[in-house]
Amino acid sequence: MFKVKYFEAIRTAAVIVIALIIAFLIISLVSDHPVKTIGIFLWEPLSTKGHIGNVIEMAIPLMFTGLAVSLLFRANMFNLGAEGIFYFSGVVTTALAIHLSLNSWFHPVVAILAGSIVGALLSAIPGILKAKWNANELVTSLMFNNILFGVGLYLLNYYLRDAKAFANVSFKFEKTAQLSKLFAGTRIHTGLIIVLVLIVLAHLFLYRTKWGYELRMTGVNRDFARYSGMKTAKVIILVHLIAGFIAGMGGSVEVLGMYSRFQWTSLPGYGMDGALVAMLAKNNPFSVIVSALFLAYIRIGADMMSRLSDVPSEMISIIQAVIILLISAEQFLKFWKNRMLLKEAKEA
Amino acid sequence: MNSLLNVILTTDFAFSVLRVTTPILFAALGALISNRAGIINIGMEGIMLVSALAGVIVSAYTQSAWVGLLGAVLSGTLIAGILAFFTLKFKTHIILGGVAINMFASGGTVFILYLLSGDKGSSTSLASKVLPSIDIPLLQDIPVLGPILSGHHILTYFSILSVLVVYYLLNRTPLGLRIRSVGENPHAAQSVGVSVVRIQYSALLLSGFFASLGGAYMSMGYLSLFTRDMIAGRGWIAIAAESMGRSTTVGTALTSLLFGAADALSNALQVLKIPAELIATLPYVATVIGLIIYAVSETRKKNKKLKATITK
Repeated sequence: MFKVKYFEAIRTAAVIVIALIIAFLIISLVSDHPVKTIGIFLWEPLSTKGHIGNVIEMAIPLMFTGLAVSLLFRANMFNLGAEGIFYFSGVVTTALAIHLSLNSWFHPVVAILAGSIVGALLSAIPGILKAKWNANELVTSLMFNNILFGVGLYLLNYYLRDAKAFANVSFKFEKTAQLSKLFAGTRIHTGLIIVLVLIVLAHLFLYRTKWGYELRMTGVNRDFARYSGMKTAKVIILVHLIAGFIAGMGGSVEVLGMYSRFQWTSLPGYGMDGALVAMLAKNNPFSVIVSALFLAYIRIGADMMSRLSDVPSEMISIIQAVIILLISAEQFLKFWKNRMLLKEAKEA
Repeated sequence: MNSLLNVILTTDFAFSVLRVTTPILFAALGALISNRAGIINIGMEGIMLVSALAGVIVSAYTQSAWVGLLGAVLSGTLIAGILAFFTLKFKTHIILGGVAINMFASGGTVFILYLLSGDKGSSTSLASKVLPSIDIPLLQDIPVLGPILSGHHILTYFSILSVLVVYYLLNRTPLGLRIRSVGENPHAAQSVGVSVVRIQYSALLLSGFFASLGGAYMSMGYLSLFTRDMIAGRGWIAIAAESMGRSTTVGTALTSLLFGAADALSNALQVLKIPAELIATLPYVATVIGLIIYAVSETRKKNKKLKATITK
């Protein structure tokens, strides 16, 4: 059972178990009824159809950003710009959802495509800077997050804001723009189908096309890829375009699927969560589905817990931090892998 | 335009520039030290947030602002220590480690705040203490200079002093030399017997130390309480300032001052009806432009060198 082949899977499982144990420890320290609270945290998301729906709704944006980030990480690009693009594309889509009048088929398509294309173009900027002049894509993408947030908030406050609403929100979307719901009794919207199709396409792209091969090789070793005749600069720009497109589409879909007005007055955090999803998924498109569902599950669990017990839902960010720290830790459990390797070598 | 000049050309404005620069400067110095050792610490925002909360809590329970400051610094340095432990011992990717620290801080501080005060927004129910402001004798009586430079928060003076300390540390001490050599070429440093890991530990701890002073200033000076997400991007501005200052102490200090001025200006510019949201993006835009100019000139230099060797 404990073969080196399965090491990564075992390690991921170990990280999740440790994270859950820490969650239980925190709950036990904080709560007056720890057993009941842990029960709520673990089982409440499955208790009703509505709650299962909540988990899937929450997983949709995580799948979008997780997929976008995993493609970037696959090309060894440390770009965390999905955060800002997710937000800004949401703003672009909002503008179109308010001001265009189309039928209910074309309206969301146009609005989402516009958001995605804007996302792709914005994402290309750090990509081009990296590919042409080797400017650090991490720093530029982090700066872009703040720039896009500032500009997006400006557009919201000055052009899209509904003065009659009590909070800082946009005008209502046209009814035609909103995505339709898939299942009665939940808010799961057609965005789920879109993201699943994207994941299949990304898988085919990565493993079945020449571009995908070049992307993976560039990620493994950019110099090697260049010396074997691949145009790595082109690959880097391409992966930025695709990732920006996906992240932008995620923001657009989330806005049209879950809300009737735009209401983010701070960055929603899905971009950074995308990094966590990508890491849990080992940058593999199909695994993104599972890891996004897992993250959504513990989040909804924490949410239910804060409503039904005395432990605030912010506990989850501590758990997320633990998962990130351990999952990306190369040396974590390495000794065990070495021992397994030795044993297998002896047996062979 | 005149109304704008009327706002800017006052001693009050110059005073407020120093006031808003303080947290940025502290964190930028922290980012500088870790960057010089070859590790990008993007957990600044998180470290500042944690130390801001710790300062409030410790000072509220001990009723001493100074013990509160100590608590803030210790907890901020501890967070940096955790980051260092994971990145240096477990080989967690430093960027992802930083992301984790920020995630931990933004939710974890609200979690702890709620447990202690029953409030998720701010620490109004905790009677925390504030560090004093200082009038400097003689200086405060000089016209113009006096109202600008005197009467600041004690940590503001300390931040200016820190610039000198960091400059001295990096350029004149054995530790500074080692930090720079590890950042420049870890293998070369290793080969002459420098323990790379130990130096990077020290650099990360120092960066946490300075960032937590910035955090303590936010909740025990700039404001007199902790509010949710109160750092509001200052950690990122600090990273931008360090990057734009091309990793030199003087450059970092000057860009921090520039970004502080931009921050103070955002209030003044509202007179001209320029939206605050856009002004808030100025430091980041400036940094991106700075990065592009630097990257382009570096590439040109490299290409020239390449051509020169070929023609030889």
